[in-house]
Amino acid sequence: MSIGTNTIRVDGCAKLTGAAMYVDDLTLPGMLHGATIRTPIARGRIKKIHFDPAINWSEFVVVDHRDIPGGNAVALIERDQPALVASEFRHKHEAVLLIANASVHKLRDAVRAIRLEVEPLPAILDARATARPEQIQHGADNVLKRLTIHKGDPGAVFASAPHVIEGTYHTGAQEHVYLETQGMLAHRENGRMVVRGSMQCPYYVLDSLTHAFGWPREAFSVVQAAVGGGFGGKEDYPSNIAIHAALLAEKAGAPVKLVYDRQEDMAATTKRHPSWVRHRTAVDKDGRLLAMEIEVMLDGGAYVTLSPVVLSRGCIHSSGPYFCEHIHIHGEARLTNSMPYGAFRGFGAPQTIFAMERHMDVIGSRIGVDPVELRRRNFLRDGQTMATGQIYRDGTDLVALMDRTLREADYHAKRKSHASFNATHPYLRRGIGIASFHHGSGFTGGGETKLASEVWVEGMPDGSVEVQTAQTDMGQGTSTILAQVAADALEMSPGGVLVATPDTARVPNSGPTVASRTAMVVGKLTHRAAEDLSKQLGGVRGPSITGAIRAWHAANPGKNLVGRAKYEKPATIVWNDATYQGDAYASYSWATYVAEVEVDLRTYATRVTDFVAAQEVGRVLNPTLARGQVQGGVVQGIGWAIYEDVVLEDGAMKNCQMTNYIIPASADLPPIRVFFEETPSPYGPGGAKGIGEMPIDGPAPAVVNAISAAVGMSIDAIPVTPERLMERLDGAHG
Amino acid sequence: MQVHRPATLDEALQLMQRPDARPQPIAGGTDLLVSWHHRAKESVRLMDMSRLEELRTLRLTNESLEIGALATYWDVITSAEISETFPLLAQAAKQVGAMQIQTRGTWAGNIGNGSPAADGVPVLMAYDATVTLASSRGRRDVALCDYWTGYKKSVKADDELIVGIRVPRRACDFEWFHKVGARAAQAITKVGVAMVHSADGWRVTANSVAPFVCRCRAMEAALDRGEVFQGPDDVRQVISRDVSPIDDLRSTAAYRLAVLSRLVFFRMSGHL
Repeated sequence: MSIGTNTIRVDGCAKLTGAAMYVDDLTLPGMLHGATIRTPIARGRIKKIHFDPAINWSEFVVVDHRDIPGGNAVALIERDQPALVASEFRHKHEAVLLIANASVHKLRDAVRAIRLEVEPLPAILDARATARPEQIQHGADNVLKRLTIHKGDPGAVFASAPHVIEGTYHTGAQEHVYLETQGMLAHRENGRMVVRGSMQCPYYVLDSLTHAFGWPREAFSVVQAAVGGGFGGKEDYPSNIAIHAALLAEKAGAPVKLVYDRQEDMAATTKRHPSWVRHRTAVDKDGRLLAMEIEVMLDGGAYVTLSPVVLSRGCIHSSGPYFCEHIHIHGEARLTNSMPYGAFRGFGAPQTIFAMERHMDVIGSRIGVDPVELRRRNFLRDGQTMATGQIYRDGTDLVALMDRTLREADYHAKRKSHASFNATHPYLRRGIGIASFHHGSGFTGGGETKLASEVWVEGMPDGSVEVQTAQTDMGQGTSTILAQVAADALEMSPGGVLVATPDTARVPNSGPTVASRTAMVVGKLTHRAAEDLSKQLGGVRGPSITGAIRAWHAANPGKNLVGRAKYEKPATIVWNDATYQGDAYASYSWATYVAEVEVDLRTYATRVTDFVAAQEVGRVLNPTLARGQVQGGVVQGIGWAIYEDVVLEDGAMKNCQMTNYIIPASADLPPIRVFFEETPSPYGPGGAKGIGEMPIDGPAPAVVNAISAAVGMSIDAIPVTPERLMERLDGAHG
Repeated sequence: MQVHRPATLDEALQLMQRPDARPQPIAGGTDLLVSWHHRAKESVRLMDMSRLEELRTLRLTNESLEIGALATYWDVITSAEISETFPLLAQAAKQVGAMQIQTRGTWAGNIGNGSPAADGVPVLMAYDATVTLASSRGRRDVALCDYWTGYKKSVKADDELIVGIRVPRRACDFEWFHKVGARAAQAITKVGVAMVHSADGWRVTANSVAPFVCRCRAMEAALDRGEVFQGPDDVRQVISRDVSPIDDLRSTAAYRLAVLSRLVFFRMSGHL
C-alpha cells in the first residue's frame, strides 16, 4: 500500500540540487527577450504612442493588437479582457505593446523610450460606491455576477427572534508571492507553436491561445516548466503571458522568452478579491442560529475573469459549518478599475469564512454565550441540511474535531492564564481564538461534470508505468501523490510509476490544477485508469506487471497500452445551477483551528505565539506533504490576517516590492501543530478529499478572534496591521 | 557598465575628482543591488572598493573604536570584544536584513546611502561617532550628528569618500536600542530609537522619523533635567519637537510618533 505513506517527493531532488529548470532557466538558440509596455492610469483611451527616435527601432520586434490573428481577448469565462489594448483600457498596467530584442540591456533602454499618450476616462475605484452613468463599463450597473441562495423563510423568523445581531466584516486584497515570478517561452518546433512556462492549467492556456490566434488546438503545444508556486495566481494570468510570448515569437520568427520581474509581477497580475460581508442573524437565548441574512460583496476588478465562480464558492461557504433552517444569501461581484482580482487559494471561501467566524464570536459576546459553546450548539449533524439544501451525511463528528483542537491547544487553561496576565502586564496583551470551517473539494456545483476530466495511465514499452494528466506540480506534491495512487491501484512501489510532465500535445485534459480537486477528483480518475490498465493486462498487478507490459508490447508492436478513465458524475450528487440548490460539492473537508496571540501595546504589533490546526480531510495520501500543505496555508493565512496589505493607488498595487509588501518570515511564526482526523470519502482514491485550500480559510478568523480577545474589542477588518490596530484602539478610547 | 578597481586609496580619490565621470563607490553593494532593477539608465559607472585593504580596519583602542569603510555588520557581530564594549552596535547589526546582508553591508555604506531608516546609524550616533571624509584635498572629521543637512543630503563634498568611523570609548550606565520593523527579520525600520547615558549626559537618537537619522535634543535635555513622565503623551509632547515623521508606504506619521513616544515611555518607566 503506497497510499498513506510518506513517499519521498518525486520532484524533490531536482529542486533541492538546482537541477529543476524553471522558465527563466531555459534558453534556446537565437532566443529574444520580451518586454511589455503598459497603461499608465486606471481608465482611459490610447491617443498616441511615442517612440523615441534616439532608438533604432528596426532592431526590435514590436507587437500591438493588430498583430493578433484571431480574437483579441483572453478567453476565460467571458471574452471581455483584451490580450492587448487596442484603444480603451480599464486598469493601470494593462498590456498595450510588446517588444523583443536579443539584448536585455537594449530592451530595457527601449522600454524607457516608449511613451503612451492617453486620454483619461472616469474610473470607479470603490466597489461599494454606486456607479455614475459615465463609470458604467459592464452591463447596466457594473455588476459582474450576482447570485442568491435561499432556504426557508428568514423574514418571518427575524420578527420574533429573541436576539438579532448584525456585523460587517472586511478583508483586503492579497498578493500570491509565489517564489517564482510568472513567465513563458514560445517558439516554433515541428510545425507547432510550443509555449512552455509557469502555469497551473495547461488546457486553459491552450484554449486562450486557440482563441487569440484562431488556429486549431493541434497547432500548439503547451508545456509545463518547473513551477515555483502558484496559489491560484497561475490559474488565469499565464494565459495572458502565453499569448504575448507566442505573438512575439510568431512575428520575430524566433524563440521569445517573456519573464516578469517581481515588481511587474506584483503590479500586473491578479490578487485575492477584497470583500465586504454583512451578517444579520437571529438567535435564541442559548445562541441557536434561527435565521441568517448574508450579503457578500466582492471587488472583481476590471474584467470578469473568474469572479463569478469565486463569488459562488464564497457564498456557498458563507454560512459556515452550521445548521440553520432559514438562510438568505445574496452575493455580488462588482467591476472596479483595478487589476482584475482572480483565483487565490480558497477562492472566495476565506473571505466569507472570516466574516462568519468573526460573527460567531460577536454573537457569543453579545448574548453572553462562550464562543466554543456557541459553535458546539450549532454544528451540522448528520441528516441536517446546509444552505443549498445539501444533506450533511459526511460522518465526521464536528464537535469531536473541535474538542481535539481545544485539547491540543490547551485552550481553556490558556484563556484563564491570559486573563490574569493581561490584568497585570503594562503593555502586553494575550488572547486565544478559534475558527471552525469547511471547504468543498473540487469544482462547484456541476463544474466537474462540465470539465469531464480524463486521465490516462500508460504501460510503456520498457515496462514502466506513466501517469498522464494535465495536473501541474507547483510544489504541492501532485506528482508524488498521483504516483502513489497509481502504484496503489497496481500494487507496485511508487518509485516504479512515472508522472508525465504536462504537455497538451500528449496528456489528456484532466482539468485545471485548482479547487482542491487534484487529490480527490484526478486522484480517483488515476486510480480507475490504473485499474483499467491492469484489466487490459488480464488483471495483472504487483511486481509482475513490468514483465506483463513488456510482453504486451512484444505482442502488439507499435501500439499503445493505455488505461483510461473519464469523470462520471456520481448518481447521488444532484445540483441545480438555476436555483443554486443541491449538492454544491461531492465532499467537504472540515476543521477547527486555534490561534494564540500576543499584542504589544507599545508598537500595536501582533505576534502569533501558538497555532493548532486539526482537520478532517478524508484519507491522508502522504502525511508529510499534507502537513506541509497545512503549515503553508496557515502561514499564508497569518500573512493575510496581520501582515499583507496591498496598497492601491489609482487601482494598482503601489507597494509592489517584497520590501514593502510584508509576508511573514519564519522568525514571525509560531509552532504550527497539525492534526488529522480521517473519515474516508467515497469520492476520492483510498477515501481522500481535498486539502490544498482549506488551510487558508481558518487562520485569519482564529487570529483576529484572538486579537479581539486580547485587546477586549471587536476587530472586524483585515489586515490588522499595527497602524490599523492603533487607529482602532485609540479611536475607541476617544 | 564601467567598473573601476582602484588598488590604493589615492587612486580611488583621484577617480572621485573627475566631475564629468565620477564613479559611484560600491562596497557591500547591498543598497545598490536593491535599486539595480529600477536604475534610470543602463550605463552606470562603479568604483569597486574591495581592493582598498587599508579600509578594512576594525580596531578597538583604549580611546575609541575605529571602523574602516569596508568593515561589515558581521565583523562587529563576530567580535566579542566590540559587542561587549558597544553592545548597541552588535544589537543593531543583528537586526539589519538577515545574515546575507549583515555579512556584506558596511557601516560606512549605511551612512553613505543616507537612508533615514538606516539601522546602523542611530546606535553610532548615540555613541557620539564621527565620520572621517577624505579627498585628494585632504581629510576631515565630522560629527555624525552634524553629517546630514537634509533628505539624502550631507556635508560630504562630491569628491569625498567616507573612509572610516570613529566611536569614542566611555563608560555608559544606560544603553538601549529598539527597532520596530514590519516583521521580525528582513524588515526596514518603521521606527527606531537608541538611548545612551554617560558622564556626558543623555543621547537619544531615532531613525525613520525625520528626513535623516537624528538626535532628539529636546528629549535629551528633558532627561538631563531629570524630568519625570507620567504617560506616553508626556514623552510625545517633548519628543515631537525633535522629529518630523511622514506618511509613506511603510507606515504613518501618527504611528511613528505614537510608537516612538510609547517605546521611550515604557522603557524609562521600567528604568527609573
